[in-house]
Amino acid sequence: MIEMKDLRKEFTVRVKTGRFRREKRLLAAVDGVSLAIAAGEMVGYIGPNGAGKSTTLKMLTGVLSPSGGEVSVCGLSPVPQRTRLALRIGVVFGQRSQLWWDLPLRESFGLLRHVYRVPAADHESRLRRCRDLLDLDAFMDTPVRQLSLGQRMRGELTAALLHGPEVLFLDEPTIGLDVVSKQAVRSFLGELGQAGDTTLVLTTHDLADIERLCRRLVVIDHGRVVHDGTIEDLHSRYGSRRRLVADLEAPLPPDFALPGATLLAAEADGHRVTFALESIAAGAAVAALVTAAPVRDLSVVEPEIEDVVARLYTDSR
Amino acid sequence: MDGLDASVPTISPYRPLSASVATFGALMWSGFRRYATYRQATLAGSFTNIVFGFLRCYVLLAVAAGAAGGLAGGYDRRQLATFVWVGQGLLNVVGIWGWNDLAERIRTGDIAADLLRPVPPVTAYLAADLGRSGYQMLTRFAPPVIVGALVFPLVAPSRWQTVPLFAASVSLAVIGSFGCRYLVNATAYWLGDARGPLMFWTLGSGVLAGLFFPLRLLPEWLTITLWVATPIPGLLQTPLDVLVERDGPALQAGLVALQAIWAVIMVALASLVQRRAERKLVVQGG
Repeated sequence: MIEMKDLRKEFTVRVKTGRFRREKRLLAAVDGVSLAIAAGEMVGYIGPNGAGKSTTLKMLTGVLSPSGGEVSVCGLSPVPQRTRLALRIGVVFGQRSQLWWDLPLRESFGLLRHVYRVPAADHESRLRRCRDLLDLDAFMDTPVRQLSLGQRMRGELTAALLHGPEVLFLDEPTIGLDVVSKQAVRSFLGELGQAGDTTLVLTTHDLADIERLCRRLVVIDHGRVVHDGTIEDLHSRYGSRRRLVADLEAPLPPDFALPGATLLAAEADGHRVTFALESIAAGAAVAALVTAAPVRDLSVVEPEIEDVVARLYTDSR
Repeated sequence: MDGLDASVPTISPYRPLSASVATFGALMWSGFRRYATYRQATLAGSFTNIVFGFLRCYVLLAVAAGAAGGLAGGYDRRQLATFVWVGQGLLNVVGIWGWNDLAERIRTGDIAADLLRPVPPVTAYLAADLGRSGYQMLTRFAPPVIVGALVFPLVAPSRWQTVPLFAASVSLAVIGSFGCRYLVNATAYWLGDARGPLMFWTLGSGVLAGLFFPLRLLPEWLTITLWVATPIPGLLQTPLDVLVERDGPALQAGLVALQAIWAVIMVALASLVQRRAERKLVVQGG
C-alpha cells in the first residue's frame, strides 16, 4: 500500500558565517528512509522533535516533493498525482484544521461530500457511524471556530473518513487533548484498525497511542529509521524487563538469590526490594520470595515503553 | 466499522462535467455562507462605504464644477455621481482589498490542508471567491447606490446593451480581481509573509483601478497604457465606465472584451504560479 525506497528530503538553510556573509547549507530532514507498509497495517511512526516524521508524512501525502528516492502510495506517485491520491487517502493533522473555520460541522461535512464526490448514501452511512462512535450530535451545528479542541479533533477525524480512504495518515491526532477525548479518539481508531479496511500511519509523541493501537513501530531519528518492528522487539532489543517490587516485613536473608532475576535495588534497610525478571516467570518469583521472607505487599511492573524509547533516542544521537 | 469501508472505485479524477459543476457550486456556496456569518460586519462595512461615498462624491463634483464645460475627464455631474456611488457599492463585490487568507495559510502551513483536497487550490479559491462576491452583491451593493440615488441625481443607462454588459463586466472584474489577489498572496510562497506585497497592492490598486479618482482624469496616453498593459483598470474603472456610458457602444464593448482577456490571463497566471510554488513548497511548521 505504501512503499518508500531511499526517500530523502533536503532543505537549504542559510547560516550566518560573518558580519555580512551567509552560507547555504543542505540539511537532510529525511535521509534515506526505506519502508513498505501493507494494506490494513497500523503503523506507529515516532521520533523526537525534528526527526523527520512530519516531513515524511508530507511527502507521502504529496504536499512536499522528495529530494531523492522513490515513493508510492496506493500505487500512485504522491506529488505528480496528488489530486488523484487525495481521493484515496485521509489526513488528520493534530495542529492544523481541514474544516471550514466559519461553518458548522454539518455544512463542512456536506461540502466535503461534494468536494470528494461521494454518493449520498455512502456519505450518510459513514457520517451516521462517525456521529455514533464519536458523539458528534451535540455540536453538529456549532461553527468550527467555537468547538473545543477535543470536539474539533473528532470533527477532523470524521472529515478525513467521509470519503472512505484506503490509507489514513494521522499526525499527532491526540496532541493537547484531555484524557477523555484521547480515549475517545483512540478507541475510535482502534475499531477502525480492527476492521482491517484502512491502513493507518500514526505519528505521535504520546506512546500510549502507539501501545494501544499499533503492532508495528517505526522509530526515526535524524531522518533515518533506527527501529522497525513490534513493540516487543524493541523491549527485547533494549533488554527491558518486567520488575517485581516487594515490601517485606523483614529483610531477605543475605544469601538469598532468585535464579533468573537480578536484584536491582534494596531500599528502606532491605524492607523494599526490586528484582528485574529475566528468565523467571512472575508467579515463580513471587513463590520463591514468599518462602524467603514475610511479604507485606508486592507488585509486578510492566516495562515502560517511554523509558525504552528515551534510551533509543539517546543512543541514536 | 462496516460503514467506513475503504472502497472508492466510483470516484474518478476524470470527472463528468456535472460532477465538477456540483463541486464548484458547493464551494461557491461555502464562500457565500462564510461571509453570511458576519452580519454586523456587513452593516458596519456598508456604513463606512456610504460615508466615504459622500466624501468622494463632493470632491469629484467640486472638480467638475471647476472644469471647463462642467465636464471632468469627459464625465458630467450625473455620470460622476453614478461613478462614485456604484463604485462604492462594487468595492466589496469586486473585493480589491482585505483578502489575505491564502497568504496566511501559506505562512502558517495550513495550505497543506488545501493541497490535500482533490480540487486544485486555484479552482477552490476562485469558487469560494465567486460565492463571496455573490453575497456582497446581495448585501453591500445596494445600500450605497440607494443612498447615492436619494441624495444626488444619478444617470440611468440609455442603451439596451448597457445592463448585460455591466453584469458581464462586474463578473469579469471579480475574476480579474481574484487573479490579482491570488498572485499577490502567492508571493508568500517565496517570501514567507506577504504583508509587504499586500500593502503595495492596497495602495497601487486603489489608484490604478480608478477608485480614488476616475483614470480618465489622467493624460490620455497614460490611461490607455494602464488599461492595455495592466489588468487593474478592469477591476473597477471598466464596469463603471460601461454603466455610465462614458464611451460609444463599440468602445464600451471593447473595454469588456479587454477585461475578459485580462481575467483569463490573471487566472492562468495564478494557476501557473501555484504549480511552480508547489514544486518548491516548504510547508511551514511540524
